[in-house]
Amino acid sequence: MDSGEQNVTDMTLRSSSVSAAEAASRSAVLRRLRLTDLVFHGLTRGAALAVLALLSGVIIALILGAAPALGTFGFSFLFDESWNPVTEKFGAVAPIYGTLVTSAIAMLIAVPVGLMIAFFLTELCPKPLRRPIGIAIELLAGIPSIIYGIWGLFIFAPFLQKHIQPFLIDAFEPIPVLNALFAGPPYGIGMGTAGLILAIMVLPFVTSISRDVFDAVPPVLKEAAYGVGCTTWEVFRYVVLPFTRVGVIGGFMLGLGRALGETMAVTFVIGNAHHVSASLFAPGTTISASIANEFTEAVGDLYTSSLVALGLILFVITFIVLAIARYMLLRLQQQGR
Amino acid sequence: MNFARIALATAALAFSSLAANAADISGAGATFPYPIYAKWADTYKKETGVGLNYQSIGSGGGIKQIKAKTVTFGATDAPLSGKELDESGLAQFPMVMGAIVPVVNLDGVKPGELVLDGPTVAKIYLGEVKSWDDPAITKLNPSAKLPKQAIVPVRRSDGSGTTYNFTYYLAEALPAWKDKVGVSTAVQWPVGIGAKGNEGVANNVANTKGAIGYVEYAYAKQNKLTHTNMVNKAGKTVAPSSASFQAAAANADWSSQPGYGVILANQPGDQSWPMTAATWILLYKKPQDAAATGEALKFFAWSYAKGGKMAEDLDYVPMPAKVVTDIQKMWSTEIKDASGKPLYSPTN
Repeated sequence: MDSGEQNVTDMTLRSSSVSAAEAASRSAVLRRLRLTDLVFHGLTRGAALAVLALLSGVIIALILGAAPALGTFGFSFLFDESWNPVTEKFGAVAPIYGTLVTSAIAMLIAVPVGLMIAFFLTELCPKPLRRPIGIAIELLAGIPSIIYGIWGLFIFAPFLQKHIQPFLIDAFEPIPVLNALFAGPPYGIGMGTAGLILAIMVLPFVTSISRDVFDAVPPVLKEAAYGVGCTTWEVFRYVVLPFTRVGVIGGFMLGLGRALGETMAVTFVIGNAHHVSASLFAPGTTISASIANEFTEAVGDLYTSSLVALGLILFVITFIVLAIARYMLLRLQQQGR
Repeated sequence: MNFARIALATAALAFSSLAANAADISGAGATFPYPIYAKWADTYKKETGVGLNYQSIGSGGGIKQIKAKTVTFGATDAPLSGKELDESGLAQFPMVMGAIVPVVNLDGVKPGELVLDGPTVAKIYLGEVKSWDDPAITKLNPSAKLPKQAIVPVRRSDGSGTTYNFTYYLAEALPAWKDKVGVSTAVQWPVGIGAKGNEGVANNVANTKGAIGYVEYAYAKQNKLTHTNMVNKAGKTVAPSSASFQAAAANADWSSQPGYGVILANQPGDQSWPMTAATWILLYKKPQDAAATGEALKFFAWSYAKGGKMAEDLDYVPMPAKVVTDIQKMWSTEIKDASGKPLYSPTN
């Protein structure tokens, strides 16, 4: 051990970064190196602590800001649908509901599609097509969210209003549960549209991470499976997915994180109405969209404080999602052993 | 294109606040008069060398900032009450007027072809009138062929002086509106979809078939939206135009409210446009920085005197001369520096 360190130091001594004069004095060089190490150590620790300080600062600011609203409304803030600036009565149900529903729609669409794209790219895709499709997916992730919002408002929503929604409303009218889910009138924009836009935005995250982990599956496993006569589906279901589940869950959580917090694109197409309705075509709102829309012009302390309280709730939701992800990964790793 | 305009305005704003120097007049508030304030400020700077740094952050923000004394003047589309003005020691006066127009998106309906009245618009926004072929609408438009199409009410999702004036009018037109929704810069809308800013409402109406919205007249005109005509308080059908806005303003009794806080909605008169709106300036009667307030008053006096044509070019309505004289008399008696000397005298 000792001699090893000595060796390293000697190597350093001989290296060109140390001047000849310094080389003469071993202890001076050692002191300088130790100092460099100390400074580097301090810097890295400082950077890490800064994150903690920032995080706790944000939490404290959110709690302080939310205190007037939570003090006034108490727990009913979480269960009240009204959002009335005139009578100063605020409740978070509509934004929470909108946030969860739009994210659920997004994940419901993005995860299966993303996994299929990833498997196609790694297993079935002809070589020359692989790169173009892969790059296209990554470009999708690079488009700023406001562009999705503009596209959603100007092109996607009018298209849905004209061609898709009237058809769905008529088609599902006689079917019990579905007729509530697809109830009119067709506005074009609404919670369903927001969910679809989110699905497109989340898709690249799920796809590129899944593709990377699928690529890491040892070929021998797949070849063995094919060798005993497995179909492609069976290889995907019983070999690739179990082997890569940790990575796939990571991609899922990353996507969910984006879906929960996405603001601009959602604001454009969700309709910004503080209502809870069963229909996917009805306008709704999400937590981040409400804050973005109303914060600058919120008059009165209670109004502003209620918006901050919404921010705190989003923070808690995100925290819970992350915690669940960690827990699932931990369980999977234990099972793997 | 709308977005390019917003980007330009934002850039100009950012730049102007960077370039602001100590001699500039600082103000913040309503977005609705921002285009005309910016134009006045530009011309004023060329003539006098004194610039204006105006942040169009919204009426609510303007009130907050003037109360926090971070700006020399605040601007708001929703007037403060006499009580509020007295408590905070602020003077309030109207600067310019404009109008709100309903806009619709209906196949085969051209600007000015559809006629609506206040109670019908209120019922649409209450969710009681749901389809374009509702008897309430067909009765006002016997010759028009209106489709059996769902009405999509579009309204502001942010707090807004425009919403304040619009809801004030609806409450005047239909008493039930006052009970169920109320009047404010932001309300709990029973139905409809929300969009941010005048631009947002304009874009949503333009892209949604069957939609109705309310925007400042300038936005309807610039975006070539289909505006409707309105039945006014006198029962006459009027089209939105400078003439009908001025008619509404002419009938207003400005001295009836403290701080000239007269809402111009639903004014009497055969020619009056029912959704005319004024926008106000807030100044301290005993400002900490008397010199800055004096400069601001000079700018406002110049705008009243020379800004009328520019305002009309941008579809605003200048204040009538009689009202301006009255306002300037108020300045010279109420706005004073620490020693009690008036900061403005009508002769200079």
